[in-house]
Amino acid sequence: MAEAAAHDHGDHRPHGWVRWVYSTNHKDIGTLYLIFAIMAGIVGGALSVAIRMELQEPGIQIFSGLAQMVYGMQGDAAIDGGKSMYNAFGAAHGLIMIFFMVMPALIGGFANWMVPIMIGAPDMAFPRMNNISFWLLPPAFILLLSSMFVPSAPGAFGVGGGWTIYPPLSTSGQPGPAMDLAILSIHIAGASSILGAINFITTIFNMRAPGMTLHKMPLFAWAVLITAFLLLLSLPVLAGAITMLLTDRNFGTAFFVPDQGGDPILFQHLFWFFGHPEVYILILPGFGIVSHIVSTFSKKPVFGYLGMAYAMVAIGAVGFIVWAHHMYTTGLSLDTQRYFVFATMVIAVPTGVKIFSWIATMWGGSISFKPPMLWALGFIFLFTIGGVTGVQLANAGLDRSLHDTYFVIAHFHYVLSLGAVFAIFAGWYYWFPKMTGYMYSPVIANTHFWVTFVGVNLIFFPQHFLGLAGMPRRTVDYPDAFAGWNMVSSYGSYIAAVGVAIFLYGVFEAFQKKRVAGANPWGEGATTLEWQLPSPPPFHQWEQLPKIK
Amino acid sequence: MGGETSSKPRKVNNGIVAAVCLAFFTGMVGMAYAAVPLYKMFCQVTGYGGTTQRAEKQYAGRVLDRDITIRFDANTNGIPWQFEPVARSVTIKIGATAQAHYSATNKFDRTITGRASFNVQPEMAGAYFNKVECFCFTDTTLKPGETLDMPVVFYVDPDIVNVPELKDLKTITLSYTMFPVENKKPVASSAPAAGSSNKVPDSDASLGG
Repeated sequence: MAEAAAHDHGDHRPHGWVRWVYSTNHKDIGTLYLIFAIMAGIVGGALSVAIRMELQEPGIQIFSGLAQMVYGMQGDAAIDGGKSMYNAFGAAHGLIMIFFMVMPALIGGFANWMVPIMIGAPDMAFPRMNNISFWLLPPAFILLLSSMFVPSAPGAFGVGGGWTIYPPLSTSGQPGPAMDLAILSIHIAGASSILGAINFITTIFNMRAPGMTLHKMPLFAWAVLITAFLLLLSLPVLAGAITMLLTDRNFGTAFFVPDQGGDPILFQHLFWFFGHPEVYILILPGFGIVSHIVSTFSKKPVFGYLGMAYAMVAIGAVGFIVWAHHMYTTGLSLDTQRYFVFATMVIAVPTGVKIFSWIATMWGGSISFKPPMLWALGFIFLFTIGGVTGVQLANAGLDRSLHDTYFVIAHFHYVLSLGAVFAIFAGWYYWFPKMTGYMYSPVIANTHFWVTFVGVNLIFFPQHFLGLAGMPRRTVDYPDAFAGWNMVSSYGSYIAAVGVAIFLYGVFEAFQKKRVAGANPWGEGATTLEWQLPSPPPFHQWEQLPKIK
Repeated sequence: MGGETSSKPRKVNNGIVAAVCLAFFTGMVGMAYAAVPLYKMFCQVTGYGGTTQRAEKQYAGRVLDRDITIRFDANTNGIPWQFEPVARSVTIKIGATAQAHYSATNKFDRTITGRASFNVQPEMAGAYFNKVECFCFTDTTLKPGETLDMPVVFYVDPDIVNVPELKDLKTITLSYTMFPVENKKPVASSAPAAGSSNKVPDSDASLGG
């Protein structure tokens, strides 16, 4: 991608496949991450469209046929195998979207690309480790995909336990090798993220340009720093928990086996001690991106810079002490529930600080609705809806009736699928001219936005109604009473899939038309360091250290 | 990319930061495993999740003039025993020490060792339900057809009336589930049928919440 800017005297960059496979260049590795995330996102998205096709009408539509086609099952075996396949699709969709789409895109992709540039560093602190971080991901992804084609329970293929893989279903309930492959996949993806996190922390602490104090650092770099700490604190706990699963399954330990003194609930505590910070890992880099975009296209500095930075610190810190709000129905004592309700509600405060600061940034600004700004505004709007349902679900009393219903699905897709993903697309359209040197067609980008916006809202808004009416999640079939809104939701997913096609065409079109973007296509509002470099940036940047105002 | 010769004035060693991060990581993995005994300890100390208390004293010291009914429940999981309480319930004074009996019969043609795990409902009452003696403290081995009478000696701590949520409590249910101890093998089909997997953790482990 960086061909056009080949300039500097010491152009000793490798060419061909060596450049990519052996790459130690943060921009090349960032590009690899982004390509990987797009591919994984298409796979994960295809799984979700299959789920919606199944749920379009009551009864079993497609999964028996799929089981016949893929696993060669016949008759009743195909019906049961199809039901298991539906569960496996759900689990794979969740794991892929979290570990192989959102995290690689935001942390591996945008952060790798932009953090060194934004803080005035020539590259990441450990370039070879950066390479390993990326190349651990494809094998992890392949392991997870192959888990869908090996047996789990008798007559079933693929991990059927959801992304949370609670025991005893994930231990005695799924004796086949599928679960082992998935656990190994999460291990490797986790190792990749841990290495990445260490790299980012070292880079941001040690390699800022002179004058770039922490309190002058761009918010995206702040967001990535906090995210890296969250990864470092939470992922080892997940690694420990799934290692216990693995030894319970294979080596006769009894961490989660009640008849030998273990406790399955312990897994839930460990899992959610990771799982809750994980959702902030997915969204914090998005917060950073949106802050830059809102400021750029309002032509104003971000409102309350320090408040924004420390709001993210607060969200990250409080995120570690709210995990059991995922477990209200496991029999927590009343006092424990009171605490977790309260602590969870507290998170709404720093989150509110961020939302209102974005609005205050726009207030009185000279706003231009370019594609990145559209996506960022979409993010703020949809993330706020997801945040409101989150505050509702934080209440243990309400959660009793809504736990494991489609209301929860709607909630976390509003913050992740519509929050994190909108932030990713906002970042994509913001930095695409910088990364490639080419300007995309704003018409295609706007069409992509509106089609996606309508599509995803059609998918997930009706799921609030379904959940309130009591439709449980993780079921292949449902009573006829739920048919109407399920059909609307399924149509929405087809529209969103069209949106993905428009996105891919837009990328293709931009590379085909080769409209030169210039160093700073966004004008005076774009003040961070990346806009001082040519587009695309040189293979090695900041040989002359930037001046920090 | 070490950058030793770079013009940066304050050069902090990257290796040190990475090493601190790595130590942090190792510490967190350790914490994940430490969670297992800590969680167990936590349950025993606080009676969390209905973990009943193993009493050191043989009696409560004072008896209140208030009745409470203790209901008894029994289940089995994967063990061919007939396992049931002799009496369904008993009404005692709060603070009084009482004895209840369970009986177990081995319906299988082989000697089997079983272990009971237990909890009480409501869960908060676990901290106030003190067992002086219980068959659940040890493993039980029954020959084919053998029947064993298994006593539980317990009292309800009079402090229970000081807890807002429990002060009007009329009934506590004590529930046991009997599990087989032998022949545990790993669930994954790819597993080696290792003999070492028959290792039985010390019976204190069954006290876990």
